Amino acid sequence: MSPGALLHPTPAGLFCPIGRFHVDPVRPVERALITHGHSDHARAGHTHVLATRQTLDIMRIRYGEDFCGSEQTAAFGEEIDLDGVRVSFHPAGHVLGSAQIAIEKDGLRIVVSGDYKRGIDPTCAPFVPVACDVFITEATFGLPVFHHPDPKDEVEKLFTSLQQFPERSHLIGAYALGKAQRVIRLIRDCGYSEPIYIHGALAKLCDYYVGQGIDLGEIRPATIEKSSPDTFRGAVIVGPPSAFQDRWARRFNEPLIAFASGWMMVRQRAKQGGVELPLVISDHCDWPELLSTIEEIGPSEVWVTHGREEALVRWCELKGIPAKPLHLVGYEDEGD
Amino acid sequence: MKPFATLLDRLVLTPSRNGKLKLLADYFRDTPDPDRGYGLAALAGTLDLKGVKPAMLRELVLERMDDVLFRYSYDYVGDLAETISLVWDGGAKDTVDDDHQPRLSEVVTRMNSLGRTETRSAVRDLLDRLDTSSRFAFLKLATGSLRIGVSARLAKQALSDMSGKDVTEIETLWHGLTPPYIPLFAWLEGKAEKPVLATPAIFHSVMLANPVEDGDLEKLDPADYAAEWKWDGIRIQMSSYGGTKKLYSRSGDDITGAFPDIVEAINFEGVIDGELLVGGTARSNNPTRTFSDLQQRLNRKTVTGKMIEEYPAFVRAYDLLFQGDEDIRAETYFERRKHLSDIIERAPHDRFDLSQLVPFTTWTELDTLRKQPPDPVIEGVMIKRKDSPYQAGRLKGPWFKWKRDPYNIDAVMLYAQRGHGKRSSYYSDFTFGVWTETPEGEELVPVGKAYFGFTDAELEVLDKFVRDNTTDRFGPVRAVRAEPDFGFVLEVAFEGINRSTRHKSGVAMRFPRIARLRQDKLPRDADRLATLTAMVDAKEA
Repeated sequence: MSPGALLHPTPAGLFCPIGRFHVDPVRPVERALITHGHSDHARAGHTHVLATRQTLDIMRIRYGEDFCGSEQTAAFGEEIDLDGVRVSFHPAGHVLGSAQIAIEKDGLRIVVSGDYKRGIDPTCAPFVPVACDVFITEATFGLPVFHHPDPKDEVEKLFTSLQQFPERSHLIGAYALGKAQRVIRLIRDCGYSEPIYIHGALAKLCDYYVGQGIDLGEIRPATIEKSSPDTFRGAVIVGPPSAFQDRWARRFNEPLIAFASGWMMVRQRAKQGGVELPLVISDHCDWPELLSTIEEIGPSEVWVTHGREEALVRWCELKGIPAKPLHLVGYEDEGD
Repeated sequence: MKPFATLLDRLVLTPSRNGKLKLLADYFRDTPDPDRGYGLAALAGTLDLKGVKPAMLRELVLERMDDVLFRYSYDYVGDLAETISLVWDGGAKDTVDDDHQPRLSEVVTRMNSLGRTETRSAVRDLLDRLDTSSRFAFLKLATGSLRIGVSARLAKQALSDMSGKDVTEIETLWHGLTPPYIPLFAWLEGKAEKPVLATPAIFHSVMLANPVEDGDLEKLDPADYAAEWKWDGIRIQMSSYGGTKKLYSRSGDDITGAFPDIVEAINFEGVIDGELLVGGTARSNNPTRTFSDLQQRLNRKTVTGKMIEEYPAFVRAYDLLFQGDEDIRAETYFERRKHLSDIIERAPHDRFDLSQLVPFTTWTELDTLRKQPPDPVIEGVMIKRKDSPYQAGRLKGPWFKWKRDPYNIDAVMLYAQRGHGKRSSYYSDFTFGVWTETPEGEELVPVGKAYFGFTDAELEVLDKFVRDNTTDRFGPVRAVRAEPDFGFVLEVAFEGINRSTRHKSGVAMRFPRIARLRQDKLPRDADRLATLTAMVDAKEA
């Protein structure tokens, strides 16, 4: 069987005609397999959803009780038969509950990585390489310019700034699912024990992470009603980046805008966004990690989904690995 | 290199002046000699570093990298130095820890000691031994383009902040010192006496005047002040000592070579502050010519005899900093002026004259004189406190400039953009336009952009208008309603106006600012483009 017969791109997303299911479909379908809870991968309105317990929980938190018709939980490593196609979920190390999905039929195995990273992240299970014939990789940071530094060094930059500007409120932009909790946890692991304030949009997901056993220390809502503006002097506040350009941000004392994202590697990106303190903390692979993952798995073919496909495809060609871009649409980088 | 690289990374993204000062002062305090002195030089534009051509950097990176991957990377990042700093393979990330990276001073010394054939391998080696952020700093220094929004003046203010020494004292010494400024830092930290200048024939930072603002003069006694005409030339400084004769621009650039007519005529020793003009001196009875005539002589390395004949230059002197080698800056303005007058009296009459005092007894009287000056090349008056010492920098109080009224128009707000730093949640950068006739009828054409001049309270009003009346969004920019009977009228003041081929409107303003919010006016009452072009015509006539 050719790999394309087992799985191929359609306008709704990757589709397996034999098993009659889509992976991370961008429009409502009959049967959806979801890699992780970011809104560009996990959308509401599918009839049947198969995902990890945590991804299903996150979808319920974000979209409400009736986010799908019916759901089925996939445990990591468990093999599930879908019309003769064997599927299994494996940790992707991207955010809590994130999975790669292995799809196997007649000795041909394709792994859809979803979004993934190789760096250490105490808020989710680490990436597990799965041997396969076709590896479908993301390429969000698929350019040689991206080298993510040690996230702890980035947190040290935040601490330095807190010392230099002790009167200013440090607002850290971080996406609500995954990045926010990881950043809070990183700050704790680097020894910060003051309360950390969060924007309302983060509350439910932070509660969920804590419920899953991830200690975030003392979290307080960044609301002015219950506290005086002085409370936020030199405080660390985490919120979605969009909120910082809104009137919401005015309650803080001389806010210093930080942004935790892999995009912060490029100065111009930081400057355009009005970011004063870029923190290069990413939930995706950087360039060397993408390359080493492909070398480690050793697939006979690489398909590249969203991101900067052309550079990764070029690298594969130089290495003699057959590779092609899939040109899937609808995947933004919400997670970073 | 690391501390300097970290400083650059923060400065690039810190919009506020106070934030920059804090970062700079901390750097100067915490970084050892001689690194901090080279860092200071890099920021103040006095660092002499052997340059590296971009083409060579490109070749170096392609030794180790596929050219297609490099092109993708460069297209994405857009800046050569930053691209190379990010993609450099075999860099220090894995091999050299922070403590063993080359120091800024080592980089400077090494680069400057290289022979022509050694540059390539030295640059490669340095790139290997530096981490990503230090590579960026090194490449920016080596390609000679820091562009981080820090002026020499701001760096000196940071030195003042870190040491408690007066910034004018630092200015006074500045041009007599060279990188890495070790005696300067020793003095700043109280470990040594104030450095003594070897010769006065160097450039000395000039004393600057503040514009007169509403209410400034009411508080002052006119009897304490003298006035001079403000001529529309360029500020220069003449230094002559021990046979060395130099002409400097107000920023300290050596322009001696472009004005042999003046330099050859110098027959005195000392340092004179004055206005460079073309035409005839007052005592030659020939008129002073316009700034556009003067421009014929500017920005040239050398000058032809014909040029000198057609556009003769002269200096209208107004202050004396050194008499011979004696520093007289601490004497009063009137005392210095007396010495200056003696020197000018004996100097060649066709090349030098003395800036005349404008007698007045009340501010109202001076105001009238200022508005109707006796010569078209006068752009206002200078007001100087009679007992003021010559202090480098722009102190408020001793010297004022009182120009003829700046230009003023009523314009309509068209677009607004969010500001930076503490203004990042406000729409605070405004593009404004005026009416013009087009084939489709009357339209507003953008004529400029302003982001200051208003109070915080006024900003609240402006921001609310933008949020409530947005018609379109382009990234961080919003278009707002601007119709004849609905919109926001802004009174815009500016310092000058010129023709421009780069702007759709055909005019470009200098220093536009929002003078007042004209909520009492409707957009239909705003000015027309013809008013602006008439201003340009009047100026050129």
